[in-house]
Formats: sequence, C-alpha cells, structure tokens
Amino acid sequence: MPKLSRFFVKSALVYLVLGALIAAGALSGAAPLPPAFLALRPLSWHLMTVGWATQLIFGVAFWMFPHLSKDSPRGDERLAWAVFWALNLGLAIRAIGEPAAALWPQALPMALLPLAAMLQVAAVWIFIVITWPRVKELGR
Amino acid sequence: MPALSRVYLRTAMIYLALGVLLGGILLWNKGALIGGNIWIWLAAHISLVTWGWLWQVTFGVAFWILPRFGTSRGRVWLAWLAYGSVNIAIVLAALSPWLHGPWPTAIAGLLQAVAAIAFACHAWPRVKPSTYGA
Repeated sequence: MPKLSRFFVKSALVYLVLGALIAAGALSGAAPLPPAFLALRPLSWHLMTVGWATQLIFGVAFWMFPHLSKDSPRGDERLAWAVFWALNLGLAIRAIGEPAAALWPQALPMALLPLAAMLQVAAVWIFIVITWPRVKELGR
Repeated sequence: MPALSRVYLRTAMIYLALGVLLGGILLWNKGALIGGNIWIWLAAHISLVTWGWLWQVTFGVAFWILPRFGTSRGRVWLAWLAYGSVNIAIVLAALSPWLHGPWPTAIAGLLQAVAAIAFACHAWPRVKPSTYGA
C-alpha cells in the first residue's frame, strides 16, 4: 500500500471515530438538545460521508485502480497529495467554522465556510481529473 | 476492469463532481449569502453524493473485484438493472423539488429498492472462496 493511501485510510479512520462520537451527541433524540449539539448535526454527517467514506474510497482507489503506465503507475503523485491536504484542511476548517458560525455568526467564523467549500470542491475535482484515466480496461 | 465497472465508476465521479459543487455552494451560502432559495438544491446534493457517488462507486468496485466463476461474473444483467434503476432514481430524487406531488420521491424510493435488490442478488453468489483458494 503506497504512503499516500496509508495517509488517506488512517485519516479516514480518525474521521470515522470523530464522526461517530459527534453523531452520538448531535443526533441523539434521548433528550432536548442544546443549540451547541444541534449546530454539530451537519458536521457529523459530513465527517462520516466525506471524512470517512469518501476519503477511504480515495485511498483505496489511489492504491488499487489500474496503473497508468510502468513509468508513472499512479500519475502525478503531487496532485494526489494536494487532494489529501485540500480535502483534510477543508474538512478541518469546516469542523471549526460551521458550528462556530451557527453559534456566533460573526465575520471570522462566517468567512471560514467559503474557504472550506473551495478547498473541498478543489480536492474532489482534482481527484476526479487524476483518477479518470485510471478507470480503464487493462489493469496491472 | 470490466465495462460495467468503468460505467459505474465514471458515472459515480460525474455525480461526485456535481454533488460536491452543489454542497460547496450550500456551505458557501452559510458563510456568505448567495440567495435565500439556494436550499432547494439540498435534495439534489444529497441524492448525487449518496446514491450517485457512494452507492455507485461501491457497486462498480464490487462488480470488478468480487470472485468470479471462471471467467464469468454470473448474472451480469442484474448489475445492469441496478445501474439503470439507481440512475433513474437519482435524477428523480434530485429533481423532486421542481416536480409536483409525492410521486417522484415515491418512484425514486421504489427504484432505489429495485437497484439494491438486483445488485444484492447479483453479488450474493460471488461472495465465495476464490478459485485459487484464498
């Protein structure tokens, strides 16, 4: 398993644990939830779907999809690393900014959300660009 | 990688690109208002990233990588049925805010169930020891 895939998968496991812990509080219907917990609801879904599931898929795809060529089996790895950092930075900024903006709608936390959005969209689109040619008939 | 897996994976990546773009716009709107009516796109965002991306990438990889029967992947038509059903369901669910009445989401839900059953029936017999014994 290449180093970048290990980073993706271990990071995904961290988000799985964080997402499950936050979901345990934010999605609980056992008692009326305080506003701080309700503000965490969208975050808990996105930690599970983006941080865990999508990041796990990215890591396994980078590792196991058919190779491009012998010289450059996984394409430009610098772009794949950019995907890793943009996705994780974007998600981390969201994790801070989204609850903060819901509880304290001030300029700074509000400004974090467009930044988080741009980083995550960029990460996904770069992943698609570098992975698309690896979805092909002939494997290794 | 077989043809159906390539179709699943490329379709999944197209939906991911669109679904994350919509999600990015919705998140941006939380911090810097674009428009009050923007939340009408929430159903499309959820449909594209869950059924369009997560389901289809899983189906595509499973169809490719599960053990085969010699060179055959068994009842391939069931996996194609799942592909057709889930894609009609995704479009219906995504457009449901603009389509009047409860029928679009009801039909989408039914087609998602058809896709799930069809793919499970395709994959079930392939969950077996590989021919090389692993």
